[in-house]
Amino acid sequence: MAIVTTPKKACAVNPLKMSQPIGGAFAFLGLRGAMPLLHGSQGCTSFGLTLFVRHFKEAVPLQTTAMSEVATVLGGYENVEQAILNIYKRTKPEIIGICSTGVTETKGDDVEAYIKLLRQKHPELEKFPLVYVSTPDFKDAFQDGWEKTVARMIEVLVDVPEASARRDTARVNVLPGCHLTPGDLDELRTIFEDFGLRPSFLPDLAGSLDGHIPEEFTPTTIGGIGVDEIATMGEAGWTIAIGAQMRRAAEAMQARTGVPFRLFERLCGLIPNDAFIAFLSEISGRPVPLKYRRQRGQLADAMLDAHFHIGGRRLAIGAEPDLLFDLSSMLAEMGAQVRAAVTTTQSPVLERIRTEEVLIGDLEDLEELAKARDCDLLIAHSHGRQTAARLKIPFYRAGFPMFDRLGAGHQLSVGYRGTRDLIFDIANLVIADREDNHQPTPDTWKVTDAGLQVRPPQLH
Amino acid sequence: MSSLSATIQDVFNEPGCAKNANKSDAERKKGCTKQLQPGGAAGGCAFDGAKIALQPFTDVAHLVHGPIACEGNSWDNRGAASSGSSLWRTGFTTDINETDIVFGGEKRLYKAIKEIIDKYDPPAVFVYQTCVPAMIGDDINAVCKAASQKFGKPVIPVNSPGFVGPKNLGNKLAGEALLEHVIGTEEPDYTTPYDLNLIGEYNLSGELWQVKPLLDELGIRILSCISGDGKYREVASSHRARAAMMVCSKAMINVARKMEERYGIPFFEGSFYGIQDSSDSLREIARLLIERGAPAELMERTEAVIAREEARAWAAIERYKPRFRGKKVLLITGGVKSWSVVAALQEAGLELVGTSVKKSTREDKERIKELMGQDAHMIDDMAPREMFKMLKDAKADIMLSGGKSQFVALKAAMPWLDINQERCHAYMGYVGMVKLVEEIDKALFNPMWEQLRQPAPWDNEGDNWQSRAIAQVDAQAAAIAADPVRAETARRSKTICFCKKVDLGTIEDAIHAQSLTTVDGVRDKTNASGGCGACKSRVEDVLAAMPAVVSSTVLQAAE
Repeated sequence: MAIVTTPKKACAVNPLKMSQPIGGAFAFLGLRGAMPLLHGSQGCTSFGLTLFVRHFKEAVPLQTTAMSEVATVLGGYENVEQAILNIYKRTKPEIIGICSTGVTETKGDDVEAYIKLLRQKHPELEKFPLVYVSTPDFKDAFQDGWEKTVARMIEVLVDVPEASARRDTARVNVLPGCHLTPGDLDELRTIFEDFGLRPSFLPDLAGSLDGHIPEEFTPTTIGGIGVDEIATMGEAGWTIAIGAQMRRAAEAMQARTGVPFRLFERLCGLIPNDAFIAFLSEISGRPVPLKYRRQRGQLADAMLDAHFHIGGRRLAIGAEPDLLFDLSSMLAEMGAQVRAAVTTTQSPVLERIRTEEVLIGDLEDLEELAKARDCDLLIAHSHGRQTAARLKIPFYRAGFPMFDRLGAGHQLSVGYRGTRDLIFDIANLVIADREDNHQPTPDTWKVTDAGLQVRPPQLH
Repeated sequence: MSSLSATIQDVFNEPGCAKNANKSDAERKKGCTKQLQPGGAAGGCAFDGAKIALQPFTDVAHLVHGPIACEGNSWDNRGAASSGSSLWRTGFTTDINETDIVFGGEKRLYKAIKEIIDKYDPPAVFVYQTCVPAMIGDDINAVCKAASQKFGKPVIPVNSPGFVGPKNLGNKLAGEALLEHVIGTEEPDYTTPYDLNLIGEYNLSGELWQVKPLLDELGIRILSCISGDGKYREVASSHRARAAMMVCSKAMINVARKMEERYGIPFFEGSFYGIQDSSDSLREIARLLIERGAPAELMERTEAVIAREEARAWAAIERYKPRFRGKKVLLITGGVKSWSVVAALQEAGLELVGTSVKKSTREDKERIKELMGQDAHMIDDMAPREMFKMLKDAKADIMLSGGKSQFVALKAAMPWLDINQERCHAYMGYVGMVKLVEEIDKALFNPMWEQLRQPAPWDNEGDNWQSRAIAQVDAQAAAIAADPVRAETARRSKTICFCKKVDLGTIEDAIHAQSLTTVDGVRDKTNASGGCGACKSRVEDVLAAMPAVVSSTVLQAAE
């Protein structure tokens, strides 16, 4: 049971957190033919765009209402109207997703009203899919933006099924948290299909940002779930939500369509995957395919091989709540000690993280804690690189953004196979660090006045 | 905010800017910023520009006063290099929340400055204003002044909130902050007749260090580089330099000009991209320093270094000539000074497509710059499918560009090289140009392209997404050509001025209706060529193509 604390300092140093609107825009990127639009000054968009492009090494559609100082003060109706008309004409999207920012929220622009007015004034837009989410920068974090946006998509885009409509039991709605990569989604899709289930992912980043060569050039997203498919999600037999952040969206789906949901807070590790696979077997009525029985064995064997290296490691981890919970729990289950845990925003999972204290803070906090508590393994997104260099400890990059290594979109953490590969990657980092930096020398165990040079076990 | 708007007006009035000098009073007042287009804009905000310009000062703490978006989404994302402190790569932000919005963020800002000074003890703190605190009225000038007095340390306000304009305005506002609060506030330990300022050089990928050894060899001291690998004390005492070079970009022309005005430091605009430009710049530096009192023999030594380096570079490039024979380069750039890159590529035996200029003599320089600037604009405006068609039509073997065109090129299995600011290689000076040629060679002759151009086993040759894309574009073009009404609409909708989004039809109508005969006239009526000015030649072409119109009033008068 961890205590969740918030910092007292006035200055965030080396932020771990990113802002809500780009978390929202990220969710829109998983829809087909989408153009996310940030209602704010053009910098709000360009910073987010740069992050996405550097992470995925792909062209990313993202637009701005380009609010000037004057427009901000007078209100942004004209800018929203012009932006939507311009995008509608120039890029012919299937949907435009709008997120507010700090500037327009401080002014208090009523974008829902703008959209109503705009639909009246421009009949061609009367039925055009527009989804607006309020995501001020000065509140919450990236993960919250994603969470709110997916819930809002369901409220706006999913049709309410008729009372007499029959459920398609082979169809499953999957609501993935923003901590899953396109690679994770592809892995999950394969698992669902192996049980004869037909998953609809909302959002589906695997369709749009998996780095494929597109069939066609479009200035909008090049794949992802279509608006038509979202509309029919009410016909599915089940909704599966992944990550505690998706509870809100799953509840919205249930409230709107009556589709029952099951929330999996984690999909990394042996026990969570057992529960997941058992559930799929149950709802599909099919036995677990041989493939997964073998993969389970491989994961068990990987845990056996790797526990020599991961057991006893003192972990410092900085990540958004769901990723933090998932990775730290899996490593704790392999014998690692979670010594320092820093996150970006509130979440019900935080108090269940297997450590004494979780801090809602920044990478400076993480660095100080890691140093004070003698950590020897660091997990964070790419911005942890400076911290890792100063602490001189092995560094595993996880989460968004990952801009200084390739393959961010394909890094796996879900399923038996994904967990197996992740364990190998982390154990190999530890092995390499020992070979490079901790080879024994004749003086390693030299007798001194300080007593035995064997580190006593420090258990929390 | 009145002082900020006054500063912005002052920046817009920059007399050192050639483009500005050509503008009418009214135009100048509107500024050099193009009108941002909601739903069609790209690029950073004024805050982004200010941060880019100042962040390369390595020992300064850069504190961003605003919500998490401004720093949290953007910190440590620039490839500048430091020879010393890494403090500049540390992200500091007040990360203001709802409570601050309601009660004001000034107290938090003051506390944040105190925390930074207590923990990191930098020689100075730069405080960046952003949109939200500007809206709620946080007075960062006052907070910085109070903090400065209290802590006995320079705390510099950089007043450039994002919504006042685009990135290039932010660059200049950053320059104003330096001029107002930093430059001339300290004295150097000693001075020499060889003290030089470099203005507007950010040391991206460490490229400054491709040139610095040559300056060191000549005994020329970089008193201050604004701002690549710069230190606070150096810029604070930069007013004692003998001469200055404004490197490459006009981003900080206000700094160069005002330092000339206030401290009598002459400057020139030069570039270290390309062999010829590097030599020209070295000569110009030597000339200015000699003018300001350095011994005349500096020029001889400079010429000797230039001769040696040029010979080495050309010899290195010469080796690639046989390999590059018949290879075509599509060069699309407005940013990097194109002309001397063009010269070097041509010298290496590459043929350039995309410019109509076959051999670049010095007279062609302006023309090429103009063309390239125009192409860069055009490609930003293009739909990806059209861009792909253009690549195919150009029959180029490699494309050199920056920005979003890269994904189209790469996905079409076209070798591509980044020559924009995000690139990871340094291309400055003589060594840099050789490096560029080397990189082109690596990209061109990578065996991977052959494989990637093979169709997948389930695809028929000629029936792949590339040819379908081309077919679509061609079909569209054919449909338009077959229909005279659509053809005329398409002809008239061709964009002439990309900055102001003015199409051919609008310009033609204006010329007809108002009997315009000059580019200035067209600019007054339609705003075309009121932005970067690169489309001036196109407007001239439009004017030339129009039958001479005699206005109806003239006709009436004649009757």
